[in-house]
Amino acid sequence: MGSILVFLTGLLIVAIWWLSRQGVLSKPWLEQGVAVDFTEKSDLSSSAARTGLAVFLAVVGSLFALFLSAYALRMQLPDWRDVPLPAILWLNTGMLILSSVALQGARKAAREGEEDALKLGLLAAGVTALAFLSGQLLAWRQLNAEGYLLASNSANAFFYVLTGIHGLHLLGGLIALGRTILRAWRGTTPERLQISVGLCATYWHFMLLVWLVLLSVLAGWAGNVIDICRQILS
Amino acid sequence: MTDVPLGHVGPAPAADVEDVELYHPHSWITKYVFSQDAKVIAIQYSLTALSVGLIALVLSWLMRLQLGFPGVFTFIDANAYYQFITMHGMMMVVYVLTALFLGGFGNYLIPLMVGARDMVFPYVNMLSFWIYFLAVLILVASFFAPGGPTGAGWTLYPPQAILSGTPGGQDWGIILMLVSLMVFIIGFTMGGLNYVVTVLQGRARGMTLMRMPLTVWGIFTASFMALLAFPALFVGAVMMLFDRALGTSFFMPAIVEMGQTLDRNGGSPLLFQHLFWFFGHPEVYIVALPAFGIVSDLISTHARRNIFGYRMMVWALLAIGALSFVVWAHHMYVSGMNPYFGFFFATTTLIIAIPTAIKVYNWVLTLWRGDIHLNVPMLFALAFIVTFLNGGLTGLFLGNVVVDVPLSDTMFVVAHFHMVMGVAPILVIFGAIYHWYPKVTGRMLDDTLGKIHFWVTFLGAYLIFFPMHYLGLMGVPRRYYEIGEMSFVPLSAHTLNAFITIVALIVGAVQLLFVFNLFWSLRHGRASGGNPWRATTLEWQTPETPPPHGNWGKEVPTVYRWAYDYSVPGAAEDYIPQNQPGTQSSAGMSHG
Repeated sequence: MGSILVFLTGLLIVAIWWLSRQGVLSKPWLEQGVAVDFTEKSDLSSSAARTGLAVFLAVVGSLFALFLSAYALRMQLPDWRDVPLPAILWLNTGMLILSSVALQGARKAAREGEEDALKLGLLAAGVTALAFLSGQLLAWRQLNAEGYLLASNSANAFFYVLTGIHGLHLLGGLIALGRTILRAWRGTTPERLQISVGLCATYWHFMLLVWLVLLSVLAGWAGNVIDICRQILS
Repeated sequence: MTDVPLGHVGPAPAADVEDVELYHPHSWITKYVFSQDAKVIAIQYSLTALSVGLIALVLSWLMRLQLGFPGVFTFIDANAYYQFITMHGMMMVVYVLTALFLGGFGNYLIPLMVGARDMVFPYVNMLSFWIYFLAVLILVASFFAPGGPTGAGWTLYPPQAILSGTPGGQDWGIILMLVSLMVFIIGFTMGGLNYVVTVLQGRARGMTLMRMPLTVWGIFTASFMALLAFPALFVGAVMMLFDRALGTSFFMPAIVEMGQTLDRNGGSPLLFQHLFWFFGHPEVYIVALPAFGIVSDLISTHARRNIFGYRMMVWALLAIGALSFVVWAHHMYVSGMNPYFGFFFATTTLIIAIPTAIKVYNWVLTLWRGDIHLNVPMLFALAFIVTFLNGGLTGLFLGNVVVDVPLSDTMFVVAHFHMVMGVAPILVIFGAIYHWYPKVTGRMLDDTLGKIHFWVTFLGAYLIFFPMHYLGLMGVPRRYYEIGEMSFVPLSAHTLNAFITIVALIVGAVQLLFVFNLFWSLRHGRASGGNPWRATTLEWQTPETPPPHGNWGKEVPTVYRWAYDYSVPGAAEDYIPQNQPGTQSSAGMSHG
């Protein structure tokens, strides 16, 4: 259960840092009036959406950390046979990086009000993300054809489950991205799209990070890290 | 007396929160069925959860009938008994307690108590309820599925949960259970995001975190914990579903079933236990922390005294929330793990007793020299303190490995967790319903019926569960369909079991009186007015009762003080609402 504990420790540090700035040491029974340090929120809906996404990413992070904990525990058992990674995964990884870069570009374009660059960035991100997902499906077919079936070994099962869950999360992101693209094409101005594009970009970077962690674990590079995590508690 | 900066005291202009952000309902369907109003959603959540609770109550009756009078009720065979146990446990823990505290009270109280017009994502909030409702339908559907619901025990331990010897293991039961849990978690995540983000972003002007009532702190902390802990159950459910439906071996070891070697190998049943309890232990506190918060407010209001040690109460809530993530393996002392881990988990388990004890002391010190009004909500709150203390003390026994190992499979454990996680939170739920019912409906619940309900429930719960500790110490095993003839179980144990069953039937019946009261008072209850308990928190200061969609009319309130200005010396009334601008006389005198 190492990786989930590492993840939660990280969250705990963030939470303590955040709480320390929220006046948890204050003495509310001595203070009256509208608190001095209360800053007016200029735009409630955008800050709520950002906070909402941040909390949601914490949930998704916890989900994947738990899957990795299970992976680390399960892989010690003697029946484990590693899966050779299909070469197409490298191409897919490249696609996902491109997708993330494109969205970052779109975010910048939205901030600077460049409508054409924004549309281009959004579309490129969507296309590359779709390419990533189809690449993942090809990787599944390839493994299946080589006889690495879901039920034949837990290493295979973990490969399918981890990539599948990651793919589903990206698919959910694509729905949000698709709606943003539609709005852009219907003539919503870049300023009004700024929040949506920013949220999509953050989510994309996070899913890229998750994918890189998953890839390093599936490829076995993270072996040492997993060993350390496992020694914390298993 | 401390110097207080008075410079900024005084009416401030109302914060400019636009009304147009809210989606206003246009028809009966959007107002009462697919409503985006947190208060309507709260009532939907509560009624659904209470209905599930009634089903689970009947299941417990059936179990008790079998335990008290084995062999008399022939329609309860061993399979049915295990199905009753499983469904009773899972329903009560997840679909009743979690849904009521977070979905019910969270939805109703968070926006009102922090001075918001609604949750920050009303549409997602609506989806959250309907997905929860779907999860309940799937769960209840398993009663009618071929083979009936799963009988794997509420912990659903593999491998037995998905083998043919267990009811529902090779039928629909376990699949429906796992799918229902996954759907529930998805729905809860939507709701939980709302509760957390509304507290973070939706607070009224002047409502700093440290001015929030402890109810909000409790629900907020618990929602955050639930968001992080439920994924563990989700992961376990996904992997078990794969094992059951697609033949993988995440949890399934090489195994012989009914004389046939199955095509599985190498899986780890222990892995599931880790995942399950990584969710399961925080779940105890996901239920307990909202209860802690609500009880703090009930006690403070009905003892007319500010809560003792408010900051300590907040810190203790946060500490319990954080610690509860590193104690899960104390549910697994008998799973054969490394003794050093047992030592580690025993230590962390006992450390949790410290912040919990702080809370109990602070409740008692709040009551000290208070002007205690023994009305129904207060009675339930006081009963909670006693009950939680009782259950917590037996927890100290079970937290130690050497004591836990012999007791682990006995009725002592059943008695312990029913005291601490069953009776205690339910008492708070009742107290809270009696307390906030006037705000929801504009009418008081009937007092006489309430007092009958309280005394029978409270005394009955002790008559049920105290003897059960004793049975456990004698060695009467839990999970058994019937005890049969065991040399160490004397005849008196059977008499005691029959006694417990009769009390359980009576206590269960009294809950029907409570349900009757809920509906009867809707029409015939005494009109309550806006603030019948003369309480300080914002939900009692709404311009209309029950509050309409949008809660506050034209202006959202501005908050000038903390939530506990009761019996402030020199003040005209014995309570000062949070949205009342400062008065010279009361400043800084209220610290107890």
